Amino acid sequence: MRRAVLIAIPYAWLLALFLVPFGIVLKISLSDTAIAIPPYVPTLDLAEGWTGFRTFLSELDFENFVWLTEDDLYWKAYLSSFKIALIATFFTLLVGYPMAYGMARAPQEWRPTLMMLVILPFWTSFLIRVYAWMGILSNEGFLNQILLWLGVISEPLTLLNTNKAVYIGIVYTYLPFMILPIYAALDRLDGSLIEAAEDLGCSRLQAFWLVTIPLSRPGIIAGSFLVFIPVLGEFVIPSLLGGSGTLMIGKVLWEEFFSNRDWPVASAVAVVLLLILVIPIVLFQRNQQKQAEAEQ
Amino acid sequence: MGDIVSSTVFEPWEDARAEPLIRFRNVTKRFGSFTAIDNLTLDIYEKEFFALLGPSGCGKTTMMRMLAGFEHPTEGSIELAGRDIANVPPNKRAVNMMFQSYALFPHLNIWDNIAFGLRRDKLPKLDLEARVEEMLKLTRLEKFATRKPHQISGGQRQRVALARSLAKAPKLLLLDEPLGALDKKLRQDTQFELMDIQEKTGTTFVIVTHDQEEAMTVASRVAVMDEGRLIQVATPDRIYENPESVYVADFIGDVNIIQGRTSAVGDDTYSIEWAEGQRQLNATSATSFDNGQTCHLAIRPEKVTITSDRPEDADNAVQGRVHDIAYLGNLSTYYVELPNGTIIKAQTANTRRISRRSFTWEDPVWLSWTATAGVLLAN
Repeated sequence: MRRAVLIAIPYAWLLALFLVPFGIVLKISLSDTAIAIPPYVPTLDLAEGWTGFRTFLSELDFENFVWLTEDDLYWKAYLSSFKIALIATFFTLLVGYPMAYGMARAPQEWRPTLMMLVILPFWTSFLIRVYAWMGILSNEGFLNQILLWLGVISEPLTLLNTNKAVYIGIVYTYLPFMILPIYAALDRLDGSLIEAAEDLGCSRLQAFWLVTIPLSRPGIIAGSFLVFIPVLGEFVIPSLLGGSGTLMIGKVLWEEFFSNRDWPVASAVAVVLLLILVIPIVLFQRNQQKQAEAEQ
Repeated sequence: MGDIVSSTVFEPWEDARAEPLIRFRNVTKRFGSFTAIDNLTLDIYEKEFFALLGPSGCGKTTMMRMLAGFEHPTEGSIELAGRDIANVPPNKRAVNMMFQSYALFPHLNIWDNIAFGLRRDKLPKLDLEARVEEMLKLTRLEKFATRKPHQISGGQRQRVALARSLAKAPKLLLLDEPLGALDKKLRQDTQFELMDIQEKTGTTFVIVTHDQEEAMTVASRVAVMDEGRLIQVATPDRIYENPESVYVADFIGDVNIIQGRTSAVGDDTYSIEWAEGQRQLNATSATSFDNGQTCHLAIRPEKVTITSDRPEDADNAVQGRVHDIAYLGNLSTYYVELPNGTIIKAQTANTRRISRRSFTWEDPVWLSWTATAGVLLAN
């Protein structure tokens, strides 16, 4: 009995905070837009009983999903989001791996401090940090001023409101999610394995490539998914740092909801995004499970 | 074939013409202010099975890591086959190491673990395969080739580590506490396997261990180390029978140490004044002692005979009382207390069933040993 209660708690949580809201969004995505409050029809009127429910069901359709395939905007936005997420994840890995490696190789007494430095940005509001990047990247921003002063460039670089700024923002924001799992994997790595590789004829670089990288692979995969999955639906960074040319599905979703007030189409976009995300999430879970099994 | 006349006994260290494979010359290694190796000079010969033995922190692992190339001497030089190897990185040395933790690559299967070093040498595919198969056969691992290290037992992992380190046919194989993780029975079997493989491959083995029994079993020579210095380097039987210091006598096996003062009786026989009211002891010694010099008579418990009556014509005989008995199954060690409180251990083989044991607690007994049974040590 107690076990049943214990199990019921997470399921109730999942039901109330995920499945029910998802059901509502799914329902809206099957509705039609209307000038009303709420801005869609049909709405379920329980007072009319069974027949009311049947007419309600008969008025639901997949029109909005069909619409997503008819207008170029949506599939281009999905594809562009996918591309931006993929490239951003790659750069985050490129920046994060050396940092995680450095942390794992640092003297024991330094590690808590370094860990702290990685987590520290989380203590400030995410929005404020993105706004700070606007200050850094704008034409009159710190970065351009420093580069002009150093004489590296003669004209200010246009960074803000381009995809470059979006990549910088994503790499900066999601770096801890990449560093921590890689650090965890590298920290567990037995130093004698590297020595064994060198003893058997590897140079430092070969030992890194043949032993360190494969053994930190679970960390690399976990970190990459932890970055890729949220970036795919990212809204704040592209809307604040990106320009009109930055096409991301999160932004499209926001515009459908708040600019067009087309809730049904926006809901359809959200449902498709979720279905797309299920694939990497399942892969991520499998990776975590495999890792847990390997450790037994 | 000029060696035909020489004896077949393998002891190149007795041969002045023999060229050592490894030569430590006045090697000192410091870590900060801590001296791990203190001005150490040592020769190790080809085909030797050399054991570095000592308590933890004595510097034996540092010696091995210097041979492998992971540490560099602060002073002095190390030569391998006549060449100073100070500036040769680990991956360029004809030396392989078997790690204490085995350090098997968890992401590779047994076959690939063994092939790892060979692949670095860019060996042709067929030669590589043949060599790996040969190693698998040597270590009886053919059945486990496709398994991952975490899918095999500790003893099998130990053999994979051995096969991997032997695959490149190194001039020198280093073994860092290779059997530490195995249980006693498996350890004994593996010791003989190691000796067998060493003989078959003709590789020079240097083994680091803190287990004196292991060193005695496998090694052709044993170096007893303490605080970064060599205390004694000799064959196992000499280390056991002729220790040069109380430290070595005490570190290897069980021993009674009796402190006293010598006075010369004959050419190399001495009588030892050791306790008030006790008769002097007699002992022979090849090294000479001055009259009245402090000495330590080291005598192994199994060389002390225990009897109920006073033995006739024994060189040394003392009377005491059985204080304690340690029953080890095949052997029993009697702790005999002398009237002055000294405890002397005597060991006898249990050739009879325990119920028919001749002595029991508090029995008055005589202990006796010959003049040649013990070793007289100055310090």
